[in-house]
Amino acid sequence: MSTVVEHVACSFCGCLCDDIAVEVEGAHIVKVKRACSNGQGIFMDYDPRPRRPLVGGEEVEWDAAVAAAAAILRAADSPLIYGLSSSASEAQRKAVELADRIGAIVDSTSSVCHGPTGLAMQAVGEPTCTLGEVRDRADLLVFWGCNPDQSHLRHFARYSLNAKGAQTPKGRADRTMYAVDVRETGTTKKADHFLQIDPGCDYEVLSTLRLLVQGGEPEGETVGGVAVADLKELVERLKSCRYGLFFMGMGLTMTAARQLNVAELFTLVAELNEYAKCSVIPMRGHGNVTGADQVLTWTSGYPFAVSYARGYPQFSPGEFTAVDMLARRAADAAVIIASDPGAHFPRPAAAHLERIPTIVLDHGPSVTASHATVLFPTAAYGVDAAGTAYRMDNVPIPLSQVIETGRPTDEDILGRLIEAVRT
Amino acid sequence: MSERLTLISGRTRKQATGMHKGKDSPEYHAATEIVEMNADDMARLGIADGGRATLRTEVGEIALTAHEGALPAGLVFVPMGTTVNGLVGTETFGTGMPSFKGLSVEVEPAGGEPAGGEGEGS
Repeated sequence: MSTVVEHVACSFCGCLCDDIAVEVEGAHIVKVKRACSNGQGIFMDYDPRPRRPLVGGEEVEWDAAVAAAAAILRAADSPLIYGLSSSASEAQRKAVELADRIGAIVDSTSSVCHGPTGLAMQAVGEPTCTLGEVRDRADLLVFWGCNPDQSHLRHFARYSLNAKGAQTPKGRADRTMYAVDVRETGTTKKADHFLQIDPGCDYEVLSTLRLLVQGGEPEGETVGGVAVADLKELVERLKSCRYGLFFMGMGLTMTAARQLNVAELFTLVAELNEYAKCSVIPMRGHGNVTGADQVLTWTSGYPFAVSYARGYPQFSPGEFTAVDMLARRAADAAVIIASDPGAHFPRPAAAHLERIPTIVLDHGPSVTASHATVLFPTAAYGVDAAGTAYRMDNVPIPLSQVIETGRPTDEDILGRLIEAVRT
Repeated sequence: MSERLTLISGRTRKQATGMHKGKDSPEYHAATEIVEMNADDMARLGIADGGRATLRTEVGEIALTAHEGALPAGLVFVPMGTTVNGLVGTETFGTGMPSFKGLSVEVEPAGGEPAGGEGEGS
């Protein structure tokens, strides 16, 4: 006998599509409707079988694993707490409390995705809005250095290009789309106008757009591989549209100039508001990476790269960011929560995780989990645990528990570690 | 013959679905152990469509199955993941962010090993 759970949020990416229907038989998910191919696996590939924690690769009782983890943390001089973006905000809050308790450095996967976006926001502000405003009002969309056709598969349908809203009743026909990228992608093929820029030239092109908005005239006929005439046309559209929207991705944050690219874009968007309404939304990747920024900011004052080593929060990207901590061999123990730096960090940084004791909380197998000193097989938020996640536009969305497995949550385990390190 | 080209890594649908199957799954290996290249670059370097290419930086070296892609000359694309991170260094320029995109890599035809039954990626 199966039951269907409606209005379930998918926790894979920052879209947090909350219209998913999940058909359940006992503790097994048998069918998922409306999730994209990237999100299907969250539900269909989830292994709900109960598992016990591991210490040194051997199964132990939960109490013994908590005691082993607490002993590691008590012995550490410079512990790193990292991950958080595929966990719930309730657990993220506990992770910060644990960092405060043991004098740890706490960092999230933001530092290897939109960390530079956070730095830009601190420098110049972020003129942003919600995806509801995009759906209802935006008639000009610019996707810059991002490829939602591969990374956020329902973004176009639910929120942007094809979505039908109050002032965009015809959906796609009511919108003009630009794509800016160094290569042709599924996203650029959907655009009315594709501006193919030379690699590493985002800053130059953004600066030129700012110049054109201010009435200046650039030298030469092309900038960064793009015809100035095409940039002028884009500026005229941005100045005369009803509501312009920029969506930006890793094409700006992972290349040369990083946060300076993003700051230039945010400044351009702010300046465009002298002429027409315009906003920008970063395309956040992991389901609750936005929540990690939110929770860290409201608890410590900073969005990532926070050290509690001195008993109060200090912020230092490049120093307290996880890749830098590991590359310098500055961490002597690590708590990894719902992420896989063993797979997704540069190899020399990932290698240090294999040299130090690690405590891993994860609902499934990972490269990092395979090397864990202590492994807690926790529940997956949005599958067998309820919680809260923040969508890419900073709107909190409830994650449902669709099956019951009895596994503890990340919040449960972190709470137990906070108590255990006291003794 | 080898040349310095610019590498960008990024998300693909097959990388995402392969990740759900597990990073030791055939799906994940097939999705992440490929490189997309400009056709003229491939011809000049003597790398066949479906052939093997070696990518090298000061950090490491990987061998991938090469495919023609819609890329401008001088640019190569590898799906994000464990394999391509063998090329990425830890310099973050004070931001925390390594160069997952815009990385200078040396590219040449791989010496021997065929792709070996791991299927096609995209």
